[in-house]
Amino acid sequence: MDVAEHLFRHEWGRLVAALTRAFGAHNLPLAEDVAQEALCRAMETWSYRGVPANPQAWLMTTARNCALDVLRRERTVRTFGQELQRYMLSEWTIGPAVEALFADHAVKDDLLRMMFSCCEPRLPEESQLALILNILCGFSVDEVAAALLAGRAAVTKRIVRAKRTLRQSGGLFSLEARSGFAARLPVVLRALYLLFNEGYHGASRTSVIRTELCGEAMRLAALLLDHPVGAAPETYALSALMCLNAARLPGRIDALGELQTLEHQDRSSWDPGLLAEGLALLGRSAWGTNASQYHIEAAIAACHTTATSLAGTDWRKIVQLYDALLRIAPSPAAALSRAIAVAQIEGPQRGLTEIAAIAGRERLAAYPFYEAAMAELELRCGRHAAARRHFGAAVALARNPAERVFLERRARACGGHSPRADS
Amino acid sequence: MSEFTFLFRGRQTFESPEEAQKHVQQWMAWFKELGAAGHLKDPGHPLEARGKVVRGSQRLVTDGPYAEAKDVVGGYITVEAADLAHAAELSKGCPILGVGGSVEIRPIQSL
Repeated sequence: MDVAEHLFRHEWGRLVAALTRAFGAHNLPLAEDVAQEALCRAMETWSYRGVPANPQAWLMTTARNCALDVLRRERTVRTFGQELQRYMLSEWTIGPAVEALFADHAVKDDLLRMMFSCCEPRLPEESQLALILNILCGFSVDEVAAALLAGRAAVTKRIVRAKRTLRQSGGLFSLEARSGFAARLPVVLRALYLLFNEGYHGASRTSVIRTELCGEAMRLAALLLDHPVGAAPETYALSALMCLNAARLPGRIDALGELQTLEHQDRSSWDPGLLAEGLALLGRSAWGTNASQYHIEAAIAACHTTATSLAGTDWRKIVQLYDALLRIAPSPAAALSRAIAVAQIEGPQRGLTEIAAIAGRERLAAYPFYEAAMAELELRCGRHAAARRHFGAAVALARNPAERVFLERRARACGGHSPRADS
Repeated sequence: MSEFTFLFRGRQTFESPEEAQKHVQQWMAWFKELGAAGHLKDPGHPLEARGKVVRGSQRLVTDGPYAEAKDVVGGYITVEAADLAHAAELSKGCPILGVGGSVEIRPIQSL
C-alpha cells in the first residue's frame, strides 16, 4: 500500500492540535517536538514494514505514547493543559487520562479548534496565514516562504511572533461558546479566502507549492462544513467560490505552463466535477439573510463557468453582481473587474472611462493586471502605442516569471518592439 | 547465492512532513524493488537511536552509543546476492545515501 498524497503534511496538523490540547497552549513547542517524534517513528517503521492499515490512527496512537513518556518524565517540572493537570499528581492516573484525551471522539475537533486559534484577531492577516500553513498544514518555514512568495527571514520572524501570541493566549479557542465562535468565524473564512487566492493567482507550472495552497484552503473549508456551527451560509459560499475557481485552474495554465486569458482558455479543460460541486455548494449557501462577499463572488464565478464562451457570457448580470459586491466590500480591484465587464457590453472606450473613474485607483498602481487591463482596452480601441506603453508598465510590475511571460506575449500582440522590462 | 547483512548508518531527519513522506516512499519503493527481484532475504528491523553499551570485565553499563548521527546504525536487513560486488551494487539504491548516510555490507559467514 502506498502512502496517501500529503498524508504526513495533513496529519501533522491533527497531531500538533491534539498534543497542544493535552500539553496546554503554552507548551506548543513541546507539542511540535512530539509530533515530529511520531513522524520519525512512522518514517522508520513504515520504511521497513509498509504502511499500516489505518495510518492516521497509527500516527495518533504513536503520538499518544510519545506524549505519555514526556508527561511521565516531566510531570514534576512543567504544568500541562487544564484537562490533564489534575491527573498529573499520580503516576497511576496519567495513563487513563491520556488515553481518554486521545480517544477518537476527543481528537475529532482538534484541527478546527487549532484553526480558530491561529486566526487570533490580534494577529495580522499575513501572520494568521503563515501560522495556518505551518501548524495546520505542516509546511516548513521554507515551504511557507515559497508558498507566500516571502523571504525566509521575514516568514521566520512572523511565525515566531505569532506562536508567542498563541502560547500566551491562555488556551486554545473553545468551540463550545457559540457567540465566540460566530465572532471568530469571519476571521477564519477571510484567512482561508486569502490562502486560496494566494495559490490561485500565483499558480504556475514552476511553483507547484503555490497551487497546493488552493487545495489546503479547500480542505480546511471542508472541515468547517463538517462541523454544525462551522457550516454557516458564508462557509458554503466560500467553498463554492473556491470550487468554481479551482475548477478553472487547469485552464489558466496552458500546456506550455503559461498563463492564459479567459478568452483563450480551453473551457473543456475545466474540471467538471469541481464545477458541479461548486454549483451545488452555491445552491446550499442560499439561506439566512446575509448575502456575503463570498456569495457574490461565487455567483460571478458561476456566471463565468456556466458560459460556453466569452461572447456567450452574461456580462450584464456580472456587472450587476459587481455593483452589489462594491456596495458591501468596496475595493479598487473589484471595481477594475467591473470596468472590464462593462467594456464587454459597451465597448473598450467605455471600459477605459470606467477605469479612470475608479475610486482609490492609485492603490492599483503596483498591480500588473491594472496596467494590462488598460493595455487590452487600448489595443481594442486600435491605439497600439498606448497599449504598448501600458503593457510595458505591466511587464515591469510582473510578480513572477509566469506573469512576465504572459504579459510579454500579450504585448507582442501590439506589434512593434517588445517592452521587455529587464533589457 | 550468498547472504549479506546491510547495516544502515545515519539517522534520518527531515525539514518538513512532506519531505519525511517522500523519504518513506523512497524506502518502500526500494524494499519493494529488492523483494520483487528476490534479493530481500529478511526485511530486518529499524533500531531505536538510544540504547546501552556494556563494556569490559567490569560489565560497565553506560548509555549510548552516542556516536555521531551519521555513524549510528539505524537498522539492518539481510540480502541475497551473487557475491560481495553484486551486494554492493544492490545497496546503491538505498535512500539513506541521499541524506548523508551510508550502507555497510557484510557477508554472513557460511558454515
